[in-house]
Amino acid sequence: MATEQNKNVAAGSGFVYLPLIAGWLVPGAGHFLLRKWTRGALLSASILGMFILGIAMQGNLYSGASDILHILGLVGDLGNGLLFVFSKLLGLGADPVQVTTADWGTRFIVVAGLLNVIAAVDAHNLRTGRKS
Amino acid sequence: MFHPSHFAAVVLFALFASIVFGITQRETTRRMIHYGIYCFVLFVGSAIVLSWLMFLIAR
Repeated sequence: MATEQNKNVAAGSGFVYLPLIAGWLVPGAGHFLLRKWTRGALLSASILGMFILGIAMQGNLYSGASDILHILGLVGDLGNGLLFVFSKLLGLGADPVQVTTADWGTRFIVVAGLLNVIAAVDAHNLRTGRKS
Repeated sequence: MFHPSHFAAVVLFALFASIVFGITQRETTRRMIHYGIYCFVLFVGSAIVLSWLMFLIAR
């Protein structure tokens, strides 16, 4: 019964890729659009927390594509959506990695982006009814 | 600025990643919690085991 109701909510009208795009741009927004408040809040807190800790550890935000590792890092960073854009605009993140924690911070930022992509795809699956 | 220890960084990483894995990879709340805890234990446990292995190899 509950599953049927969830699937009916998920299969509502509107642009089917909206939760995917919203979830990518703003962590948790895809789930909020689908009224999955608790899941959205937990995903948002986790991804935002990881990104903010990465910045606080003086992690590097990739910008150039000088070699394959930098390209992969940039792809991971782009998963953060608007967080990455605004952080770049504000000049956050250290350029050269000088301390050990900065290297961890760089990984935190990349993984936050990858987790955000997983969360956005999950929102899309909820929207299409593939997941309840 | 934030300068955590190795272990604190591992625990924070495991916590955030496990929450996302739990929510996205399972369907019911109960199974989400179980899978999240499972991932967290695996993350932290494997880090501890690998750390001891590296310590013993380095001796």
